[in-house]
Amino acid sequence: MARTAPVRDFAPTVQKLRLKYAKRGRLRFSSHRDFQRAFERALRRANVPIAFSTGFSPHPKVSYNNAAPTGTASEAEYIEIGVTVECDPDRIRLALDEALPPGLDIVDAVVSNTPDFAARLEASQWRLEFPGVAHAELSTVVEQFMDQAEVLVERLMKTGIRTFDARSAVVFAEVLDEAATPGDPECAILALVVRHSTPAVRPDDVLAALRRVADLVPPTPVRVTRLAQGPLAPDGQGVGDPFALDRG
Amino acid sequence: MTVMDSRVKGASIFNEIEALLPMVSKPIQYVGGELNAVVKPWESTDVRWAIMYPDAYEVGAPNQGVQILYEVINELPNALAERTYSIWPDLEKLMREAGVPQFTVDAHRSVGDFDLFGLSFSTELGYTNMLTAIDLAGIPVYAKNRTIDHPVVIAGGHAAFNPEPIADFIDAAVIGDGEEAVLKLTELVQQWKNDGQPGGRDGLLLSIATSGVAYVPKFYDVSYLPDGRIQRVVPTNPDVPWRVAKHTLMDLDAWPYPKAPLVPLAETVHERMSVEIFRGCTRGCRFCQAGMITRPVRERSISTVAEMIDNGLCKTGYQEIGLLSLSSADHSEIAEMSKALADRYEGDQTSLSLPSTRVDAFNIDLANELSRNGRRSGLTFAPEGGSERMRNVINKQVTEEDLIRTVSTAYGAGWRQVKLYFMCGLPTETDEDVLQIAALAREVIRAGREAAGTKDIRCTISIGGFIPKPHTPFQWAAQLDHETTDARLRKLKEAIRADKQFGKAIGMRYHDGKPGIVEGLLSRGDRRVGKVIHQAWLDGARFDGWSEHFSYERWMSAAEVALADESVDVDWYTTRERQQTEVLPWDHIDSGLDSEWLWEDWQAAIAETGVGDCRWTPCTDCGVCDQMGTDIQVGPTGITELPMPIVRPSVVN
Repeated sequence: MARTAPVRDFAPTVQKLRLKYAKRGRLRFSSHRDFQRAFERALRRANVPIAFSTGFSPHPKVSYNNAAPTGTASEAEYIEIGVTVECDPDRIRLALDEALPPGLDIVDAVVSNTPDFAARLEASQWRLEFPGVAHAELSTVVEQFMDQAEVLVERLMKTGIRTFDARSAVVFAEVLDEAATPGDPECAILALVVRHSTPAVRPDDVLAALRRVADLVPPTPVRVTRLAQGPLAPDGQGVGDPFALDRG
Repeated sequence: MTVMDSRVKGASIFNEIEALLPMVSKPIQYVGGELNAVVKPWESTDVRWAIMYPDAYEVGAPNQGVQILYEVINELPNALAERTYSIWPDLEKLMREAGVPQFTVDAHRSVGDFDLFGLSFSTELGYTNMLTAIDLAGIPVYAKNRTIDHPVVIAGGHAAFNPEPIADFIDAAVIGDGEEAVLKLTELVQQWKNDGQPGGRDGLLLSIATSGVAYVPKFYDVSYLPDGRIQRVVPTNPDVPWRVAKHTLMDLDAWPYPKAPLVPLAETVHERMSVEIFRGCTRGCRFCQAGMITRPVRERSISTVAEMIDNGLCKTGYQEIGLLSLSSADHSEIAEMSKALADRYEGDQTSLSLPSTRVDAFNIDLANELSRNGRRSGLTFAPEGGSERMRNVINKQVTEEDLIRTVSTAYGAGWRQVKLYFMCGLPTETDEDVLQIAALAREVIRAGREAAGTKDIRCTISIGGFIPKPHTPFQWAAQLDHETTDARLRKLKEAIRADKQFGKAIGMRYHDGKPGIVEGLLSRGDRRVGKVIHQAWLDGARFDGWSEHFSYERWMSAAEVALADESVDVDWYTTRERQQTEVLPWDHIDSGLDSEWLWEDWQAAIAETGVGDCRWTPCTDCGVCDQMGTDIQVGPTGITELPMPIVRPSVVN
């Protein structure tokens, strides 16, 4: 006998909101699924009138974009939610930020006024800290990498090991003239702008590529932070604010 | 100077841990940062507790006992409590290489820096994980080698009712409810510190022992008879009690913990707002250690339960409510409670579950309340014994008609899947008793199809091996050897498979009998078993509750080595029946149960006669209330309206 979903009253979505959140400090070790669970609980704690899908197991209407990998910090992750009553984005931002554990922070919110938000997230700007690697050494390695037209790397995906190019998506790479922490000069910092593609080229893939072209093996794990996502800037050295159009 | 010496006591070592986390699986479990976690400044307190659930974070983090004690201690101005969990072998290896000690997840301090290290044992299979944690913390594994610089290691939880197998590794064991005991222990440590630590470490341990708050094994001598049995257990100091009594928390309404449940980032085994609706159980199931050692029944009232849920949901955002106890449908106000809660949370995507429901206490109204919001959590019933005879032996007074009526109700109310839990290896059991499980399951499906009006229903039978436990009428019983257990389960499986009409609707889950033998050894062992635990741990035993990490062969070879000079072996501890006069390793631990009563109940079991529940029939003289000065605390209160919910701020325009 086929089961039919129980008939329930579901209030329709009347408004969509776009949120920007950060994943900081030790909570960078949370996975995307960890964030999802935490966020759905935060919606309940913050009393957000979230819309639900219909069906056997209704789930809150939340869509997630390009989640940063586990272990990677981020200042710019994006989600979109649907609510059943019109809400004030500032109050939503504050209430959700309060309801999430420190380290998962809602940093911006706008009412969604424009279509095709996902397409606006063209590229990511990354910061990679290399403890124990000198500025000069990294500069040489990065130069060698950028000189290549293509650097093939391998990654284990759901469908098995896949080989792809980690070079062409990197539109900008520069070793910065600053120390990560004062008094710790042996920590080179790499700024990257990477265009979103399929498969997505992640910082890990770039690191694999640096190893491939110049045998760079950092002595301790590289600390990675996504600084921004958005439309690629005309000069190719950064990204713009994806909420600009919604703010009008 | 080693890395460890250079650390400041109580300082965060997170940067050292952080460097290892990218190389391990599920790093989130080691970083803490849970909603409602508490981090107090080290210097602001005098008495510091590290508390551990000795299993992986995903199992340990939801544990109610640890969460309760964590809050109770942290509410004290002079004390702090932080949590630590078992480290998986991948990180353990890296930590040993890098010299990083066992740490707490709250402020990432080294466990060795704390004054007290408390471990909560729900199961004996956590013993090897305790040794890993103690050793990783830089604390000597054997208590006798510890100095004033090392934390006092304290065991608690149900397994601590027989602390003898771990007597060499712990400094003390708290018997029974922990809430008041941790307060008393904190007070004793504070006093000892204020007084300038008189008598050093032993001075503190002696004050703990003489106060009666906990059992301190070092102040008791065990002697043995030539045949290996215990001759006697005697205190070595005139001021320590001959027997150490369990703690019993009275008036659960006065202790509404946890008030702010921890909400982990990592995925864990239970993600729900759990409220203990009562503690204790007097149904009198003879195999059930929990039911014997937690007497008497103490209910929390409908009002307190509702307040705890409302507050807890606000603070956690959970969307499932779990009403916990040893047999939740037995609460005197369960009908009012489930109806009122279902009313309150209707349309709120919040579901209600009763993780432990007796067959005879379940009814259609309760079934409807539980399914009102559309979500159906699974239904599990535990008839425990397949045959009527077996259920008389174990005093599980549930008839086949009860069971069939109950599951028919559930299937009729829309459930499509029911789980039934049984045991194999019970005293006096024969193959025939176990084969009755198949007959019962067949009848469940037959009646269920009729009630549901469809063939599309299933029943899963889940079978656990029976392990005789201390402080139960079966403490004298022989455990069934694993070969016979496995053979019986095979026959049962064949009987189900051979059933053309119903077999396909019946699933069967079971474990082989070998892990049960190790658990049996640890459950009823004495101090000599400590050597086996140590040897197994040296041989690599970790996470023994996880089948992928457990090795029966490792334990058996460890036992052979460790017990080589003794007149006893694994069979002696497990498959041997004890006589009434034998001194049992836990006889000096007072659970309140009268040993005469236990023996008579054991004889009644063999005679297949039942005993009543003192909530509804006259007192059966188990001895607990007299011995402990306690009494049954049950409702109903007559209240059906819930207290007003907390008003939450709005985010709407």
